Amino acid sequence: MHKEAAIREPLILGHKTYHDITEDVCRPIEDKAPRTWYILFAIALIIGLYGVGCILYLLGTGVGVWGLNKTIGWAWDITNFVWWVGIGHAGTLISAVLLLFRQKWRMAINRSAEAMTIFAVFMAGLFPLIHMGRLWLGYWVLPLPNQFGSLWVNFNSPLLWDVFAISTYLSVSLVFWYIGLIPDFATIRDRAKKPIPKKMYSMLSFGWSGRAKHWNRFELVSLVLAGLATPLVFSVHSIVSFDFATSVIPGWHTTIFPPYFVAGAVFSGFAMVQTLLLVMRKAMGLEAYIHTKHVEYMNIVIMVTGSIVGTAYITELFISWYSGVEYEGYAFFNRATGPYWWAYASMMTCNVISPQLMWFKKLRRSLLFTFIISIVVNIGMWFERYVIIVTSLHRDYLPSSWSMHFPSHIDIGVYVGTIGLFFVFFLLFARFFPVLALNEVKTILKSSGESYKNAPDPHHDDDPTPETPKVEAVAPVVEEAPAEAPTKVEAPKVDKKVKLSAEEAKAKAGALISKLGEGSAETKDDLKVISGVGPVLEGKLNDIGIFTYAQVSKMTKEEYDLLDELTGSFPGRAERDDWAGQAKELMNKSNS
Amino acid sequence: MADKVIYAMYDDDDVLKNGAKKLVSKGVKINEVFSPFPIHGIDPIIGVKNTRLGIMAFLYGLIGLTLATVGMNYFMIQDWPMNIGGKPSFTYMDNMLSFIPITFEFTVLCAAHGMAVTYLIVNKTLPGMPAQNPDPRTTDDKFVMELRLSENTSFSASDLEGMLKDTGVIELDQKEI
Repeated sequence: MHKEAAIREPLILGHKTYHDITEDVCRPIEDKAPRTWYILFAIALIIGLYGVGCILYLLGTGVGVWGLNKTIGWAWDITNFVWWVGIGHAGTLISAVLLLFRQKWRMAINRSAEAMTIFAVFMAGLFPLIHMGRLWLGYWVLPLPNQFGSLWVNFNSPLLWDVFAISTYLSVSLVFWYIGLIPDFATIRDRAKKPIPKKMYSMLSFGWSGRAKHWNRFELVSLVLAGLATPLVFSVHSIVSFDFATSVIPGWHTTIFPPYFVAGAVFSGFAMVQTLLLVMRKAMGLEAYIHTKHVEYMNIVIMVTGSIVGTAYITELFISWYSGVEYEGYAFFNRATGPYWWAYASMMTCNVISPQLMWFKKLRRSLLFTFIISIVVNIGMWFERYVIIVTSLHRDYLPSSWSMHFPSHIDIGVYVGTIGLFFVFFLLFARFFPVLALNEVKTILKSSGESYKNAPDPHHDDDPTPETPKVEAVAPVVEEAPAEAPTKVEAPKVDKKVKLSAEEAKAKAGALISKLGEGSAETKDDLKVISGVGPVLEGKLNDIGIFTYAQVSKMTKEEYDLLDELTGSFPGRAERDDWAGQAKELMNKSNS
Repeated sequence: MADKVIYAMYDDDDVLKNGAKKLVSKGVKINEVFSPFPIHGIDPIIGVKNTRLGIMAFLYGLIGLTLATVGMNYFMIQDWPMNIGGKPSFTYMDNMLSFIPITFEFTVLCAAHGMAVTYLIVNKTLPGMPAQNPDPRTTDDKFVMELRLSENTSFSASDLEGMLKDTGVIELDQKEI
């Protein structure tokens, strides 16, 4: 167990136990979805379907329905592609790079950030595919033997590098994400009570059982995948930038592009993570796991990458003048003062000025401010790509072919549609998948959880775990002590059970049964389903004469106390877990 | 052969770890530990060897590297050499720089997927596999230690249970298999 400096802010707030973490993450999956979820899902679905309609219309009619012309051959489509790929950079950066740096705060956000990555890369991949015009010939980008005199794809072309980079990035991120999900699906599987979810999650969890050897492999696989994904994150956006940098268009032909694009991607990716998580933590009640400190860390990343982007903009401007190349100089002069000055100005404001505000501690710890800035940054990063692509193209070498780009309604429809589809995927994820990496968050509970870092208040009323060895919490410095302590705590309970004489026990059991009603082994229910009852306890309950849910459902405080005296081992547990309530629910279920 | 398995349940990872240390020092062989998250430092105690999946990943990476090199050499140099701006590509080395991105991507692709597939196969965690944890709570907040009588022939079942009780277990269960 790692020790952490006491002055570090805890990453998990409140008095959480392992079970609380499971509960907090699984509850939104097991409960009925709130109305707002359905409303949001419906809106996202309608927008998404509208986008699909636009894409189908485009495929049926041709790329001419976009607002492109002979001067501006790339506009919204590639802008959106780069924008989405950029957003798709935060997730793997968080889970891979931050894993290598052993940043524990990543654990609360990596799952959802990576889901966001995968969905964003889906959306990004759509644009080059439709841009091909004949989508059904999309497989031509692969080096396949063919009947055109075995004509191969051009491995010298950055566009082909892009195909390999994006598909590798997508599939490796997907695998990395899913391997982390398997143990968490197993948790949901083992909690599921209804047959269909149980079946679904047991398929998804691949029969995971949490053996020590499997965990050993799991940790290594995570580490190696993180090691592989780290250069991948940097390579993907570098290669996307090569699409532009290797061409001879003024404004694109710059060597600064790869690092500048990567920083921009991380910048926009973290902004999108902020937008999504600030809403999600509230809606799903995860404030204890994703709190101000996490937001602050992410804001610092936004500030650093935003500063890199700002520096890159200014360097680019300087070099365009310093190079002495007339065309290059004009491209940048035209960007800032030409007909697209408004796009340039919004890019500069959103991306250069807004992240600098994060130097103020008060601002970067303000959730509302962060939310606003995250949206501002996303708008700014869209304009950055628009500025780079459209303003560099629209004034050609020949003034006779100068032109302007006006998006058609299909341009807008496809773009807005991908945002809708993205939210459809994300909302489905939030509904059916564990949005927090359960197994990872549990590993940091003791080193970074508030209740373990700062000794808990012994009079804390709602402390849910009186049986958790307190010694652990009070004196985290003593390594060996905990082993002895719980034994001592347990010992008197066992004694108590022995002390209860046989007659007394019989009398008490009789009293208990008379209150709860008779049950018999024939009409026995599976009491293990009640959370808190294991096979051993079930046996004890059966010995006393409790066999059915009906009996358990009648239990009140008085009966719980009697039961505690009889079973001895887990005082207060039955009441805390609300066995009666659980049993009632189970009865209703089996009746219906 | 009939064998008896003892499942000892704990509600804290450190208690289990210290318990395991004590048992092992007395010569008890612990067959398996089931936990909801990786317990750091349990592996050497119960004698789980470090995995060699990392070596496999390296080998898969090498395969990817080789395939990419051989493939691009064939496509771009042997089968259909491209003459770009009068600069013909007759050797792999002259053109290698522009092959680096794809070589890298393909190496990562093979290493990552090869390792992931191997991981799932050696774990025997594949779609549709039945869950094997002894108690559903081991994926939530409980930790279970599994002892087999056949591996601890010098102890009787009650001996083992007695020793387990001293380690802070919260539940004990026995099963014939």
